[in-house]
Amino acid sequence: MSKRIDVKDLNVYYTNFLAVEDVNIEIEAKSVTAFIGPSGCGKSTFLRTLNRMHEVIPGGRVEGEVLLDGDNLYESGVDPVTVRSQIGMVFQRPNPFPTMSIKDNVLAGVKLNNKKISRSDADALVEKSLRGANLWNEVKDRLDKPGSGLSGGQQQRLCIARTIAVKPQVILMDEPCSALDPISTLAIEDLINELKNEFTVVIVTHNMQQAARVSDKTAFFNIAGTGKPGKLIEYAETATIFSNPGVKATEDYVSGRFG
Amino acid sequence: MTTNALRRNGSKGQAGDKIFSGAALGAGILILATLLAVAVFLLIQALPTFMADPTLISGGAGFFSYIYPIVIGTVIAAAIALLIATPVGIAVALFISHYAPRRLASGLGYVIDLLAAIPSVIYGAWGYLVLAPALVPTFQWLSENLGFIPIFAGPASQTGKTILTAGIVLAVMVLPIITSLSREIFLQTPKLHEEASLALGATRWEMITMSVLPFARPGIISAVMLGLGRALGETMAVALVLSTGGLIPSLVKSGNQTIAAEIALNFPEAFGLRLSELIAAGLVLFVITLVVNLIARAIIARHKEFSGAN
Ligand SMILES: Nc1ncnc2c1ncn2[C@@H]1O[C@H](COP(=O)(O)OP(=O)(O)OP(=O)(O)O)[C@@H](O)[C@H]1O
Ligand SMILES: [Mg+2]
Repeated sequence: MSKRIDVKDLNVYYTNFLAVEDVNIEIEAKSVTAFIGPSGCGKSTFLRTLNRMHEVIPGGRVEGEVLLDGDNLYESGVDPVTVRSQIGMVFQRPNPFPTMSIKDNVLAGVKLNNKKISRSDADALVEKSLRGANLWNEVKDRLDKPGSGLSGGQQQRLCIARTIAVKPQVILMDEPCSALDPISTLAIEDLINELKNEFTVVIVTHNMQQAARVSDKTAFFNIAGTGKPGKLIEYAETATIFSNPGVKATEDYVSGRFG
Repeated sequence: MTTNALRRNGSKGQAGDKIFSGAALGAGILILATLLAVAVFLLIQALPTFMADPTLISGGAGFFSYIYPIVIGTVIAAAIALLIATPVGIAVALFISHYAPRRLASGLGYVIDLLAAIPSVIYGAWGYLVLAPALVPTFQWLSENLGFIPIFAGPASQTGKTILTAGIVLAVMVLPIITSLSREIFLQTPKLHEEASLALGATRWEMITMSVLPFARPGIISAVMLGLGRALGETMAVALVLSTGGLIPSLVKSGNQTIAAEIALNFPEAFGLRLSELIAAGLVLFVITLVVNLIARAIIARHKEFSGAN
């Protein structure tokens, strides 16, 4: 239950502004891939094209191919709804549904498309997903309380639980820890390490140590200047990127000599 | 001794604060005082009716017998209006906020806002001249085919001037209120929550039911309450469109009356006890509006824990 992603010659536009240019990348199944790079270089933009969430933004469009185990996400006749149920996403700011209980939050995606689920199956899935997100012990006594009553870190793990409950092939995370304290961050990093046993994980982060700690491979994006498109500069094993990068810009960036 | 550097010194910058809080308090008190004054006025003026001999009241059987048919008429007309206007208003608002292309959406929103500004006498005239005659065949059909249901019992009105017509005219009048307030709230749904459902594989409609409607719920209730306020208090349109009569269950026969129209139609010639009677009717309308609003507040408050405000 996890698939690989191959991106071929991908350009991403906002209306007529080319935000990301000519990305080619191969992401292995059951691996953690980190995207790093300076602000505005198009990491979020590119990440969103991997499950067609960029289409939610007015003017967002792509050229090129994104293949999920060989199936092109952008072929005509492909429904973005199906794509997103296979490729889940966790956002920068925790966004549990405020009007739903913790339990309903976990089940939110499962109940979509009129899928029926028996009560006992639902309870089992809630426990499994919350355990999978390392949140079960903290919330098991208040599953019927609103999800918005949790701490920021707990909310983010609730969002991860919600995402893994629909059993996606791939989980995309856009700076999932940037709104969290160091302890919650570590909890999520541990979680990512476990998630890769089952899922393909792609994570955007501004935190070099985090990229080094959690990812198998790292992609460095950069931008030549404002108004220029972002590009994938280097993509390699994380150890290589941080100790022996092939490109000068990568070395400057990871060693903090940037800009 | 008193050398705490954090103590207030002087009133620099605090004057603005004081003026503002004073003004806010004053405005609040003014509103309450106005409300109280209205209530007191209504009570005093209505008192003779409550004290009078029941045989002297219109109808000759006391105030209660006089008022309850028009209370029910008022509620029926307002209920028809809201039953039609709420779903349609929400649907139109959702279309504007989440389905229509942007240019069409802004044009449509503008037109809806204009509708809210049309004076009620125009709606009344339209109901009288256009809608009522147009509805006659429908009423006929309803009474012939569904006449066994009491609300459609015949014979149907030949002029179309029934409580159902009045309810429909009221629906058209409150529609812009419900639509433009709901649209405003739908547009404020945090992107964050919309994306949360989309990223789980929700269709647009599922996104609306998961993220937009729960967020907008208290706002929708407020919008409906404002619409209800207009429907309950509307005089002109109802007076023009309804051919009044005693309380009857059928919606397609002429008959029924609403409080506001009853007051407006009879006020010019009323004096003495009759005047007091109409004011008492006004008091009843005031109380109905108040109760409805309290219920709405209670509904909103009941879901506070899950409102996302915490
Ligand atoms: N909604 C949008 N409409 C138009 N342009 C956008 C939009 N969102 C982002 N951009 C532009 O696309 C480029 C890439 O932005 P993006 O948010 O992907 O960068 P990022 O690498 O994620 O930055 P950060 O690290 O700050 O999150 C930027 O030039 C940005 O201005
Ligand atoms: Mg970003």
